[in-house]
Amino acid sequence: MLHLPLFLIFGLICVAGAINLLVQRHPINSALSLVVVMASLAAEYLLLGAEFVAAVQVIVYAGAIMVLFVFVIMLLNAGEEEHTKGSRVALLLGVPGIAIGGVLVAWTLLRHSNTAAVQIGALPGPPKEVARLLFHDFLLPFEVTSILILIAIMGAVVLASRPEAIVRRLRRGEPTQQPEKHELAVAGKER
Amino acid sequence: MSITTYVIISIIKSVAVIFVLLTAVAYSVWLERKVSARIQNRWGPTRVGPFGLLQPLADGIKFIFKEDLILPQVYKPLYIAAPIIAVVFAITSIAVVPFGNSIDIPAFNVGRWTIGPISTPWQITDVNIGLLIILGITSMGVYGVALAGWASNSKYSLLGGLRASAQMVSYEIALGLSLIPVMIRAGSFSLREIVDAQRHMHWNFFYLPFGTLAFFVYLISAYAETNRTPFDLPEAESELVAGYHTEYSAMKFAMFFMAEYANMVTVACLATLLFFGGWLGPVFGPAWLQMLLPVGWFCLKVFFFMFLYVWVRWTLPRFRYDQLMAFGWKVLLPTAIANLIVAALWVAWRA
Repeated sequence: MLHLPLFLIFGLICVAGAINLLVQRHPINSALSLVVVMASLAAEYLLLGAEFVAAVQVIVYAGAIMVLFVFVIMLLNAGEEEHTKGSRVALLLGVPGIAIGGVLVAWTLLRHSNTAAVQIGALPGPPKEVARLLFHDFLLPFEVTSILILIAIMGAVVLASRPEAIVRRLRRGEPTQQPEKHELAVAGKER
Repeated sequence: MSITTYVIISIIKSVAVIFVLLTAVAYSVWLERKVSARIQNRWGPTRVGPFGLLQPLADGIKFIFKEDLILPQVYKPLYIAAPIIAVVFAITSIAVVPFGNSIDIPAFNVGRWTIGPISTPWQITDVNIGLLIILGITSMGVYGVALAGWASNSKYSLLGGLRASAQMVSYEIALGLSLIPVMIRAGSFSLREIVDAQRHMHWNFFYLPFGTLAFFVYLISAYAETNRTPFDLPEAESELVAGYHTEYSAMKFAMFFMAEYANMVTVACLATLLFFGGWLGPVFGPAWLQMLLPVGWFCLKVFFFMFLYVWVRWTLPRFRYDQLMAFGWKVLLPTAIANLIVAALWVAWRA
């Protein structure tokens, strides 16, 4: 009996956090609003009975990924954003786009889903059930997703690593950067 | 049990546990000062009360009455929120920690009311994902430290906050992986079931293949998670003044300390529950003793780990930052993964 009010309250918090995320000017406030969105989503999963998914949502999204977001904002010392007027293209294409998208989603939901309300606790909760779904019923999508993530990690490694030539020069103990023209000029003058 | 009784018992248990936890936090500061003094051949606090036992109380009063400075350069909302976040998440995780078997009180009379019989677990709430909840809550605790460093708007604080968040995110992975063998063996995330699986001296520390290894991986990463020596780089005095809480004073400063020591208590509780059989130990005597004795064993084991924290702090020097990161990613993480694979094979072979 307490489930529905709680579900509504967390839903409202979630939407409020999402709106605040867009309205706030400072990146760190936006990031923290996103943490609120993640956490209230976890509460929604919990209320639906998916306790494992809720815990993972908090550990992975709110606890790890968002910490990295905050970390990067702190590291770059990103300042306040300036509000722009917004482009006319966005106004002309975006508003109808949102309207059409919303109508499409609503229509699909109304037409193609059974109208029975989702029961509280209907989602697969215990880790064993989730594991069965992941490694048995949805094995192929699971593996494909993990390969996708692997590719992303490899991409990050390639982008972050030093080029081969520089590594070779480092090993030989030579300077890693080509001297700039003005540096050469200065050196020449001194000589 | 009716819902009213349930609510009343839960409230009583919550208040009692929070009181005990906060007292334990205050007295672990006393323990730290006393043991560190012993190790350095000093006396430590002796003036307030016998053996300086009232020192935590005096410290608390002092913290409350000190001037609460809020510097002009800080980003005020987050500067005030950061210590609150740190303390709240540090204290919340105790809610799912079980201390003993169950409290059984036979029915008794108070005036004309009959109370009980009451039978309730030694735990605020028993959830089937208790371990995950603790991991989730401790992972949220990073925000307190990170935001304190950022909102203070000072170089030392920012460096401390950055170091803390990087360190906590990195070591969390090794910590989580080192706990998975324990979960696989018990087949559950419930802390109660994990302890029940260790009956008859089959403590995970001795019983799991490389359980010792898993325990040390857990202990090392937990020390890094709680920012304690040898991994206390976020507040390295010699380079960062005091790290993320440089710009804090009075009770806000004390709140960071409370959070740190409450986190230490949680880590000690988890080490006890997951690797050393929790409240399991010899139980004898009349019914009331059988009810209390497990809690005594639990507290004894937790006390040992708190002592270990202090002992390690005053024995080992601090790591360098690159050593810390290299150790976490290149040594602890592969060890934890290898250990996980061995444990999984062992459980599959026994099944």
